[in-house]
Amino acid sequence: MNKPYLLLFVILCSFSAFAQEYFPKNDGVKTDTKTITAFTNAKIYVTPSQIIDNGTLVIKDGKVLQVGTNISVPKGAVVMNLNGKTIYPSFIDPFSDFGIEKPKRNRNWREAPQYDAGREGYYWNDHIRPETNPLEEFTFDNKKANELLKAGFGTVNTHKHDGIVRGNGILVALNTSGDNSTRILDDRSAQYLSYEKSAASRQSYPTSLMGAMALIRQMYHDADWYAKGNANRTDLALEALVANKNLVQIFHSGSKHNSIKTDAIGDDFGIQYVLVGDGSEYENIDAMKATNASFIIPVNFPNAYDVSDPYASTVLELEDMKHWNQAPANPKMLSDKGITFSFTLHDSKSGKEFMSNIHKAIAYGLDKTKALEALTTIPARILKQEDKIGSLQNGRQANFIITSGDLFDKETVIYENWVQGNQNIFSDKSLVDLRGKYDLNIAGKTYQLAITGTPEKLKSDVIIDSLQLGSKLSFSDGWLQLQFTTPDTTNTGFIRLTASVKNPTYISGKAVLDTGYETTFNATQKATSSSEEKDKKEKQEETPEMLPISYPNGAYGSTTLPRQETILFKNATVWTNEKEGILQNTDVLVKDGKIARIGKNISASNAKIIDATGKHLTAGIIDEHSHIAAFAINEAGHNSTAEVNMADVVDPEDVDIYRNLAGGVTTIQLLHGSANPIGGRSAILSLKWGRSADEMLFKDADGFIKFALGENVKQSNWGDTETTRFPQTRMGVEQVFTDYFQRAKEYEAKKKSGNYRYDIEMETISEILNSKRFVSCHSYVQSEINMLMKVAEKFGFNINTFTHILEGYKVADKMKEHGVGGSTFSDWWAYKYEVNDAIPYNGAIMHNQGVLVAFNSDDAEMSRRLNQEAAKAVKYGGVSEEDAWKFVTLNPAKLLHIDDKVGSIKTGKQADLVLWTDHPMSIYTKAQTTMIEGTIYFDLERDTQLRRNIQNDRAKLINMMLQEKGKGMKTQPVKKKEKIHNHCDTGQL
Amino acid sequence: MKKYLFIYSICISLCISFTGLAQQTPAPKQAQAISIVGATAHIGNGTVIENATIVFENGKIVRIGSAASTRTDGKIIDAKGKHIYPGFIAPNSTLGLVEVDAVRATRDQDETGSFNPHIRSLIAYNTESKVVESCRPNGILIAQVTPRGGRVSGTSSIVQLDAWNWEDAALKADDGIHINWPNDYTKGRSWLGESRGLRPNENYSKQVQEIQKTFDEAAAYLNGDRSPKNLPFEAMSGLLKGTQSLFVHVESEKGILDAIDFGKKNKLKIVIVGGYNAHKVANELRLHKVPVLLHRTHSVPELDDEDYDLSYKKAKLLMDAGVLVGLENSGQMERMNTRNLPFLAGTVAAHGLNKEKALQLITSNTAQILGINDRLGTLEVGKDATLFVSEGDALDMRGNILTHAFINGREISLETHQTKLWQRYSKKYSEKQ
Repeated sequence: MNKPYLLLFVILCSFSAFAQEYFPKNDGVKTDTKTITAFTNAKIYVTPSQIIDNGTLVIKDGKVLQVGTNISVPKGAVVMNLNGKTIYPSFIDPFSDFGIEKPKRNRNWREAPQYDAGREGYYWNDHIRPETNPLEEFTFDNKKANELLKAGFGTVNTHKHDGIVRGNGILVALNTSGDNSTRILDDRSAQYLSYEKSAASRQSYPTSLMGAMALIRQMYHDADWYAKGNANRTDLALEALVANKNLVQIFHSGSKHNSIKTDAIGDDFGIQYVLVGDGSEYENIDAMKATNASFIIPVNFPNAYDVSDPYASTVLELEDMKHWNQAPANPKMLSDKGITFSFTLHDSKSGKEFMSNIHKAIAYGLDKTKALEALTTIPARILKQEDKIGSLQNGRQANFIITSGDLFDKETVIYENWVQGNQNIFSDKSLVDLRGKYDLNIAGKTYQLAITGTPEKLKSDVIIDSLQLGSKLSFSDGWLQLQFTTPDTTNTGFIRLTASVKNPTYISGKAVLDTGYETTFNATQKATSSSEEKDKKEKQEETPEMLPISYPNGAYGSTTLPRQETILFKNATVWTNEKEGILQNTDVLVKDGKIARIGKNISASNAKIIDATGKHLTAGIIDEHSHIAAFAINEAGHNSTAEVNMADVVDPEDVDIYRNLAGGVTTIQLLHGSANPIGGRSAILSLKWGRSADEMLFKDADGFIKFALGENVKQSNWGDTETTRFPQTRMGVEQVFTDYFQRAKEYEAKKKSGNYRYDIEMETISEILNSKRFVSCHSYVQSEINMLMKVAEKFGFNINTFTHILEGYKVADKMKEHGVGGSTFSDWWAYKYEVNDAIPYNGAIMHNQGVLVAFNSDDAEMSRRLNQEAAKAVKYGGVSEEDAWKFVTLNPAKLLHIDDKVGSIKTGKQADLVLWTDHPMSIYTKAQTTMIEGTIYFDLERDTQLRRNIQNDRAKLINMMLQEKGKGMKTQPVKKKEKIHNHCDTGQL
Repeated sequence: MKKYLFIYSICISLCISFTGLAQQTPAPKQAQAISIVGATAHIGNGTVIENATIVFENGKIVRIGSAASTRTDGKIIDAKGKHIYPGFIAPNSTLGLVEVDAVRATRDQDETGSFNPHIRSLIAYNTESKVVESCRPNGILIAQVTPRGGRVSGTSSIVQLDAWNWEDAALKADDGIHINWPNDYTKGRSWLGESRGLRPNENYSKQVQEIQKTFDEAAAYLNGDRSPKNLPFEAMSGLLKGTQSLFVHVESEKGILDAIDFGKKNKLKIVIVGGYNAHKVANELRLHKVPVLLHRTHSVPELDDEDYDLSYKKAKLLMDAGVLVGLENSGQMERMNTRNLPFLAGTVAAHGLNKEKALQLITSNTAQILGINDRLGTLEVGKDATLFVSEGDALDMRGNILTHAFINGREISLETHQTKLWQRYSKKYSEKQ
């Protein structure tokens, strides 16, 4: 224990009865309370796998002195004969907020946002708080401690659940009669991190998940730089971060996606995080295994939904229903994969729910030893505190529970929970267990008596001649009282019994009949509740049926992913997008993911033949500007956020991916939003539905970044409070760019000189200056379009693409000269002031001036019918059909520098193809088959099958939930997912 | 700063009033008979006349038939190889009520308060709107102008899109009242610590009862001495007499069924607007002859589990079930998007509906639902000569290229603010070269 804190506790706790031996005493004589206690005749789980039958546990000074079978109880020990009861180490929660209050968020929507840090002498971002040591405000919460003790917990590692870096945790034994000097086993136990901002600060940055990820990365760079003594000022946060480096790093990632990304961040900085998940790890178990991380998982399995109202139940998504069905398998699946995991109470409503969910997990196949490990040895190991807690080996804390039997048996009772040798009683363990079946003999008659329930709350059933009699039973302090009605239903009388019970196998005592006649009775036990009866019951409780996991694990997912095929399209109209133009009655052979041959009368053995007679085969559609498949869009906390990367927040399970495929889209550029002049880096995705985010990233693609101009970046439509961030005018926008480019140049110079602070943002902007990263800039008005080209020229590089570019037609000649492409909307306008002069002829005019033109969507709905949008270039301005089609295929491929791989039908290119039922730009066409690299990801026929699967799975799950409700299990009301479709200006957080 | 803001806003308003002059001058009354000859006439009721002749005079269609058997008159327009259609109708629109979505000063569609039957959209309809004129070159010649917001949003009117002022524009003033039926789902109040997402609306029944109570009170008022005057109740008199329709904006199955009951109970002419789940209660809609103005075809399904093409095919599902359906286009950027109405109908045809039936979704069906089918919606003798000629299939982007358009026989301009900019800048570049 670190000394100043120890001193603090000594002062705080000087009034406590549990004073140290060297403390003076003025309120009585000095007594030595060092009792030795021995627990004999117990089944002892020293560890989950080291089990001693009929053993003895000896504890002294709150620690285990001895444990084993042939132990002679030391003299002067208090002996407790446990008569066959079971001892387990108490549980450990490694992710607790016990005794530490979370600061409340102080929200005032009318206040202007705060861009700078609110603290002095700390890191530039308030949400980085590694210096937090909860010890300073820790208050032992007796009430909460009792709840935890009752649930079986003996130790918690508690921390302040606030901020991105949250500081260290403290390891606390839940000793209700000790004081902090004994309870706190470690005052610096693990450092905690998360993606949640601190409630204590209003600082805007980061407003997004990718912003939080970028911030953490930059923080590590800065800490490294600081540790090397490069800073000329003190930063208490970085100092603490450096000091906490050797602690266990526990990261509350909160989702399976975040776990993957978080682990990758750790890899970059040589940190292996312990990951705190959300219970959905089973959906992507291989990726979880690949992190090599230990997990801390909640057991917050959802209740069944109340689907009795058929109208209401229609809004329930398959994804949510499946999670109800599958989530209890999470621990088993982690265990089967060999992933180390601990449980946490976090996210459970109560200790009771926690334990009943662990029972459920066991019913789903989780091994009991693994379950016990996840409650004891694993959390101890994760926290690197195995020498203190988690087992009952000699010298460990005397933290253990005494139970009536197998911990994971529903009937089992936790009698006592001992923490640091301090006894907490929850149920009288000396209580005779009366539960069982008896022959009850009174006055020559034999009644059948069955006693059930829990030892504290017994229930009785009295039957004679198959007639059930009303009865009431109580049992306290060893005295049984039972009264029941006489069999005569016309004239009810009562028979009363009372007896002192020492041994439930034979009970005898006094009986008073309804006539007032007093006599004796006896009852002989025929069976105990824990014998044959239970065996039968267990057999009836079958393993619950679990639906198979699909990828994604919801609508339109499949249990087996589609594979690359050799496919021959016969007799198609082929839109090559090459000098060959549109070829009639042509065959195209796809092999090994590539376009292998184009020609007439091709034959290929082993190829799957698709008859394309009367149909049109084109390259897949490419959407240069998309915001689907993302967990976040805008990092709006700074006016430049080049450090953020959309690749960090790809959501591969967004059903809009599937819908895009159904609209013939194979590639998208997932762009950052337009909240700031310099936005984040973008991700180019192949829409390989069912695959992981990383597998969707377009291979070997150049890097791009989003810039933005105009109303969005000057926050014109953000409300009256958003008037403080620079820039607020188009004039300011120019200066933001000039400033950052200038600084990046200076950064590069400094980098060359050797002594510099690694800055992710500056690194990214340097890439732009060196034409290693390319700009796609959200733009509307001609003045600003012109401005950005001039700024870029001044710094010696070119803007790659103007996206939206609705006034591109006014400066098409200048664009041509600069060499920038235009990725525009076909016909959007009038939604804000700066698009007053937007015209649908924009694409045609730019095209006619020789600008490379694409049509994009910026919209989950429009993106799935970009073929219709391409046709509008024919309507507005008379672009030829062949050229118009390139607006959504080859041209965006060129803008994204991937036209060597996709965008046209050419031998050797990637087989990213769409077969259309009609002319691809006809309003009457449909995508029939969409493939990426020779793998069919959408097909009308397969779609029909997937719809059927959804219907079947839904019907099955709804039936299962109705059964669950019928059994009297808890249900929750149906909820409806609110899907947010992102646009450029979609805010986050 | 304030001062500069003031100057800035003056600049903006000057800009607006200056560019506002771009609106096309409304066409004068039809002076002579016009005959369009040789086009394929899409009547709007499911039938087609190849090589047709259509003659109109004094704003009305006087003859239509095959060119061989139909006498021409007056000015002849040769439309060989072209197509002729009744003017498309955009119901439940906010055309002319908002100019620029993001500029508050231009937004006039949503009055404060929740019970506003007396609020009339017509008087705020801006005939000079640049957005309105941009609809015409795509064949949209008629619109229902509808207020938004509240429980009862107000009273809509039907206008034609080539007028000097709202009185000229009005085809049917105050045609109906719009009510937003309670949702059976409400958003979680995240600021109160509730989880986001939608959960069952516990107040649904109460809210439905409140509507009934209001209607009861209105009926009682209108049957009484109507004193002192109650403006909202007065505005409901047409509704309760059956001369106005009640447009019920409702999406859920239960909501639609409750709305049908409500209509029956109060003897109202009701129209379902939006009707996201209408296809699930198609049978009841057919039985009670309740028509649907169906939500935007071009929208993504609300639920992940739903068919990707649900919005595309829904109109067909309803029509197949015998329900009278028209298409509406409310939603994000609805005004500028109105010009894509023909392609909303075309998309339904792509997903299984016969093309001429798809055309009905934006012509005769809508006219019937809005109660203007005596004058509009089809190319039939006696009806208004509100029609247009297109180079090709007007439901397809590549064919929807108008050469002529008429409202009441008046040949309207197909120029817009946008075509002018197109011409100006095309000229700039051609002169440069």
